[in-house]
Amino acid sequence: MSTPSIIKVENLKRTFIVGSEQVHALKGVSFDICQGEFVSIMGSSGSGKSTLLNILGCLDQPTAGEYLIDGISVRERTKNELSEIRNRKIGFVFQSYNLLPRTSALENVELPLVYNSDVSHKERHERAQHALELVGLKDRMGHMPNQLSGGQQQRVAIARALVNDPVIVLADEATGNLDTRTSYEIMSLFQSLHEQGKTIAFVTHESDIAVFTSRTIFLRDGHILRDEPVATKSATEALAALPVENDY
Amino acid sequence: MDILNLIRISAKALLRNKTRSALSMLGIVIGIAAVIAVVNLGEGLKQSTANQLSDMGTNLIMVMRANQRRGGVSMGSSNVQSLKVKDCELIAKNAKNITMVSPVVNSGGQLVNGSKNWSGTVYGGSPDYLEIKKYEIATGVNFTDEDVKKYAKVGVIGHTIVEELFDEGEDPIGKTIRVGNIPFKVIGTLKERGENSMGMDQDDLVVMPYSTVQKRMLGVDYIQQIVCSAASEDVAEAAVEEIENILRASHKIPDGGDDDFEVRTQQEMLEMMSSMTGMITTVLVAIALISLLVGCIGIMNIMYVTVTERTKEIGLRMSIGAKNSAILLQFLTESIILSLIGGVIGLLLGIGLSYIVALVMSLPFIINPLWMVISFVSCAVLGLISGFFPALKASQTDPINALRYE
Repeated sequence: MSTPSIIKVENLKRTFIVGSEQVHALKGVSFDICQGEFVSIMGSSGSGKSTLLNILGCLDQPTAGEYLIDGISVRERTKNELSEIRNRKIGFVFQSYNLLPRTSALENVELPLVYNSDVSHKERHERAQHALELVGLKDRMGHMPNQLSGGQQQRVAIARALVNDPVIVLADEATGNLDTRTSYEIMSLFQSLHEQGKTIAFVTHESDIAVFTSRTIFLRDGHILRDEPVATKSATEALAALPVENDY
Repeated sequence: MDILNLIRISAKALLRNKTRSALSMLGIVIGIAAVIAVVNLGEGLKQSTANQLSDMGTNLIMVMRANQRRGGVSMGSSNVQSLKVKDCELIAKNAKNITMVSPVVNSGGQLVNGSKNWSGTVYGGSPDYLEIKKYEIATGVNFTDEDVKKYAKVGVIGHTIVEELFDEGEDPIGKTIRVGNIPFKVIGTLKERGENSMGMDQDDLVVMPYSTVQKRMLGVDYIQQIVCSAASEDVAEAAVEEIENILRASHKIPDGGDDDFEVRTQQEMLEMMSSMTGMITTVLVAIALISLLVGCIGIMNIMYVTVTERTKEIGLRMSIGAKNSAILLQFLTESIILSLIGGVIGLLLGIGLSYIVALVMSLPFIINPLWMVISFVSCAVLGLISGFFPALKASQTDPINALRYE
């Protein structure tokens, strides 16, 4: 592959000790994610995808194996160094949005930059505004989360994930709390971000969401079952094909 | 992360929970207000006592009868009859640092003027008595040495007596009123002085020649007290020594024997009074400090609740790159801001409270700057202490679990 690897995982293992028992959540996983890829990570619960996501997100560290993000090895990093990697290189999108209540959309988006002392107050403001424009919420900047719909809240969360210009966006069941139409709208947004060159890893257990990505990694019982390209469907077209709802 | 940013984050978090922030602040507010109010009032009380004492007399020195033992039996100071008018004369003659001397004999009695009556106190003294005790004649005249010699039935009356025994607008001068069965002529009235710091009415008195009180009213030859005026405050100590020497000689007390009298200066009385008010103030401050402590526990409590309730927020902040130290500092700053704002409000409230109480109790209003500083600094320190453990707990949150926390 000509494009550089953003994520390089080699024989990744993660073992938890629960009581006196050892639980092997990841039993040696290897893959690369290159720049500009839109990867879905699929698997049923217990397959190890949450553990993998935590490690990819530098919230957790592998028991064994190598993980490089943007060329930086994550092993034997201090907590503070991991915090900095999360702050500069990773954008998180969660299933339950995780926006700060009673805080405007703009301020929610600014939050990651607050923890980056290289970004001035003014620049923070501008970048947050730009990120909100990117997700189509230019006119909702001053709104509080409770004044926004679920889809809009998730868009704010995506803007927050983009604002620090991360090397990869990690989405954890980002459409899990949304109805089909809104899910497709969010996937359409992700696809357009992908077209703009963003690298995205999307964890999901819904195969009809995974078809909007360009590659799927299937996990089962801590192993990679399949790692294959996807015949990508356009979310915009899928949205148009949905029956018109006239209930409001 | 710079300090300003930190304060902004914390302030925003506090503003998101206005009611809770206000409630947790309340403990500190009340604690600080109590401390400040008590300290200011204590200061005012001390000042007021000092004022009142200096109003009591001009460089006043008092000679009182002392408790005496005769044959191993304590006599009780009120039964001691050792002070005589002769002692006053000796002091007047021999003590160089004394400018004025007056014996004091007092007697209670029912004062009667026609259909009106009043229970008052009669003080017998020399003509100098009024000046020594800083009373001033309002109308009429003081009695004279001549009146003392003649056991004259004349008296000067205080403002309260004028009000109680005479109709409004009636001139008491020249009127004859009775103390018990003894009629006397009012020759003067005194300027009003109001209450002293103990709440005693200083205008409720009749001053008569001591000889009149001794012979006509009590039928005794001793006196109860001697009041003197030292030439100046500086010679008060020397004057005390002179008086002691004169009285020991006059009372024939052998060297090493117990005095049958006691000499006190205004300064000593002032110290006695301030040690008393000081003690009361200390006790009250201690109680106020306890309420401050309770306030801090309140903040700690709320901070713990806050940390638990905001687990998810902490997880999110960590996942987007907040370091543990940033979380620790955020919660610490929140608790310091809470306690400082509470402290400032408490400070203002305490000043306002002590102002109102001083006004109501007609005490001087004094702000003690030292305690303002002490309470402000202790606020910051208490905020730090009470916020530390909750903040530590917050910073040790595991982001993976926190994000999943519902």
